[in-house]
Amino acid sequence: MPKTIFEISSPGRKGVTLPKREFDTPLEQLIPSKFHRKAIAKLPEVSELDVMRHFIELSHLNHFIEKGLYPLGSCTMKYNPKIHEQLVRHSCFGNLHPYQPQSTLQGALKLLFELQQDLAEISGMANVTLQPVAGAQGEFTGLKIIEAYHRSKGNTHKNKIIMPDSAHGTNPASCTLAGFEVIELKSDAEGKVDVEALKAVLSDEVAGFMLTNPNTLGLFESQIREISDLIHSVDGLMYMDGANLNALLGIVQPGKIGFDVMHYNLHKTFTTPHGGGGPGCGPVGVVEKLLPFLPVPMISHNQDGYYLDYLHAETSIGKVHGFYGNFAIMVRAYVYIKMLGPVGLRRVSENAIINANYLMKLLEDHYHIQHKDYCMHEFVADGTLQKKAHGISTLDIAKRLLDKGYHAPTIYFPLIIPEAMMFEPTETESKQSIDAFADAMIEIAAEIERDPEMLHEAPLCTPVRRVDDVRAVKMLDTRFEIKD
Amino acid sequence: MPYISNTDSERQAMLERIGVENFAELIAAIPESLRLNGPLKLDEAISELEITARISDITCRNMCVQSANSFLGAGVYDHFIPAAVDTIVSRPEFYTAYTPYQAEVSQGTLQFIYEFQTMIAELTGMEIANASMYDGASAIAEAILMAVRKNRLTKAILPATLHPEYLKVIKSYTEGVGIELLSCPAKDGVLDLQALKVMMDETIGSVVVQNPNFYGNIEDVFAIDEIVHSQPKALLIACVDPISLAVLNAPAEYHSDIVVGEGQALGNNMYMGGPLFGFFASKLDMARQMPGRIVGGTLDKEGKRAYALTLQAREQHIRRDKATSNICSNQSLCTLAAVVYMSLMGRQGLVEIATQSTQNAHWLASEINKLPGFSIAYPEASFFKEFVITTPVPASEIIGKCLAKGIYPGFDLGIYGMPNQLMIAVTEKKTRAAMTDLLNALREVSHA
Repeated sequence: MPKTIFEISSPGRKGVTLPKREFDTPLEQLIPSKFHRKAIAKLPEVSELDVMRHFIELSHLNHFIEKGLYPLGSCTMKYNPKIHEQLVRHSCFGNLHPYQPQSTLQGALKLLFELQQDLAEISGMANVTLQPVAGAQGEFTGLKIIEAYHRSKGNTHKNKIIMPDSAHGTNPASCTLAGFEVIELKSDAEGKVDVEALKAVLSDEVAGFMLTNPNTLGLFESQIREISDLIHSVDGLMYMDGANLNALLGIVQPGKIGFDVMHYNLHKTFTTPHGGGGPGCGPVGVVEKLLPFLPVPMISHNQDGYYLDYLHAETSIGKVHGFYGNFAIMVRAYVYIKMLGPVGLRRVSENAIINANYLMKLLEDHYHIQHKDYCMHEFVADGTLQKKAHGISTLDIAKRLLDKGYHAPTIYFPLIIPEAMMFEPTETESKQSIDAFADAMIEIAAEIERDPEMLHEAPLCTPVRRVDDVRAVKMLDTRFEIKD
Repeated sequence: MPYISNTDSERQAMLERIGVENFAELIAAIPESLRLNGPLKLDEAISELEITARISDITCRNMCVQSANSFLGAGVYDHFIPAAVDTIVSRPEFYTAYTPYQAEVSQGTLQFIYEFQTMIAELTGMEIANASMYDGASAIAEAILMAVRKNRLTKAILPATLHPEYLKVIKSYTEGVGIELLSCPAKDGVLDLQALKVMMDETIGSVVVQNPNFYGNIEDVFAIDEIVHSQPKALLIACVDPISLAVLNAPAEYHSDIVVGEGQALGNNMYMGGPLFGFFASKLDMARQMPGRIVGGTLDKEGKRAYALTLQAREQHIRRDKATSNICSNQSLCTLAAVVYMSLMGRQGLVEIATQSTQNAHWLASEINKLPGFSIAYPEASFFKEFVITTPVPASEIIGKCLAKGIYPGFDLGIYGMPNQLMIAVTEKKTRAAMTDLLNALREVSHA
């Protein structure tokens, strides 16, 4: 591995030029000395070229979309168009301050207003808050809205949220943060919500149901009407985790099939870049009756122009972000929606679904697939055959894929499928690239037959070999010891 | 169709291989009654050329702080950003990469996070830092939640000198889980130490201090340390401006247990307030209670240095409803900007930035204090780069009149019930000439 930036530091070296001081009053005369730092913070001392070489060297160690396919299920790692990056870097976006007079923010507010409207149309919801900055924060916001709705009706006893055992980990974690108790529902033999089991846990204490649709097996929950009728019969609300919205654009509007509140992941469906783990953006859409509870401010419009709207502050859940959310991410999603339009967005979902089914078809003779119905935008295969026959785990298969220039699929999730491998090729991959990826998977299946030992050794060709996670926990080392 | 590679004939070939005649067969699981009839009611698609024109029309309706002379702060600051920062964060190797769960092909991301954690630990003086939170506001909320995990005491004291919008976020995060928030009043622009003393007892789990506080004033952190830690279980949570840490006390010097803050000022554009990022650091004994991702150094199977996400058993994808937080995606790319920024600035550069900001702010404050009708609102308090002035006419009036001159004179504290107070932020980017323009404008508009 490259040296750390601290190890290439050289005393007195500078990476930046700054203007000369215009005032020379010493700091001691401006701020009492007891508030002065005792010892200088030991940041590195490097030149601009040192910095460039160091971080470019680091960049070469990463897998990224332009390098190769990212089949990560439920992560929707589609191509990020370059025009988004160019447009968002306009200085009149980056240099906007959140507290400027609103008359000087009209362009930005117009963009946000249109994005609220477009996202609402896409989901069939009444309106959308753009404030949550990640999917998990969107979940939390949606759950707070559910809580506020019940409180407004005096139903403070409604403290349980039901969700299937195939749910993303953030769902139960968000419930805990919002103060709800989780009831986990075992999926039925087809990997879908078990309606009879749902009936058995239904009670007046149920505040809502949280569901990813299509679910994390890539299957559309076709009994959604029945489920939502049941939940609504106890005045519960239906929450949709929009992680898999890439399957539904222009095909299904969640707000029109029984869902009351949902979050979007702009960094999935609307192709804002993942950034190595963020920043994302997790807007939340709601049906009419939940509008009073949306976070403030919303973006509204009247004869004088666009404005930050605090009108419903009394009933609102309040705020989840210090300002208005991840504006720069919203700009990218806006550009995406405008460039695709209604026909293009529908085409996105169609091709995402075709690509997933095509890949499933190519792999079905080589890997076990428990639920073989046509999938939506993703499907789950598993490594149980390989495990049983040769002791090769899904982790080994995933690591071998890295050797072949691909990222691994989502592994060991959903938890209900042993040795799970969840594949989502996305619509931006071509037939040729899916063929090549499938060939790599098939080749791995053959390698397992031929030389299982080698699979335990994988990866062999990556910048580092298999990394010791256990050591990372046992001998905790979270910072470099800077020597001076 | 933009960004979709397959042609119609390729699509047909794929459908044939799948074994269906048309796309509709693939979505037979979706009952007809649930499907959308007809296209979404959105604008028709436009090309790259057309969207470029539309965005340029949109940006022309903004007046950004590059064309205006801005003294706005209140949590988001206009510090200088060297060009190399954007060159690095614009690399697809970084910005199109996924979360570094597959360590063997994510060493670039993992190492920069490790370096980021090191720099945050160094600036704050703390033992361990995580990979980031959403923003400063949610970072405080998560710190309060972590304090409860540590000492099981559910009362937290928040200062009246805390950013009022942060308070709203903290309320959202803490009210569902039974945490009681108490407000400690302010006196002369800083925390009322006598009041804090009275409020402290063995039931208090944590006390938050923002330093410099919302009004830009430096809190008496040593006195606060003494009062808070007079209760053996109580934890001190400091929320700090990272630029200030180049010259002001590292929070470890006043025995902070948890240190958080808004990191935007470190190399990130303002973008109307987002994306920002929160940093989060603590003492080592709380490592297993921390929220969010943490990167650790380790070895690969050949014994080579390598990095990996560590202590993942705390996180939602493993622990689900028992996780320390629901956070998954954080603000990774913003921390890359920060780590590049801190590398370029270096130890001397960051001191220089902090020093120039302080010198500029103090010169401007003393000049405004000389203007008839204007005065420094909290003359007893020390301040860093931001300060409050009392104005002869409502601040909103001044802001309105300054707009015509292309000046954003500051933040209107009338929003929080102090109509004749204007809060002014000054960074190293402000020249004497720009500040003189503000002085002239203030003189003019308040007497017109």
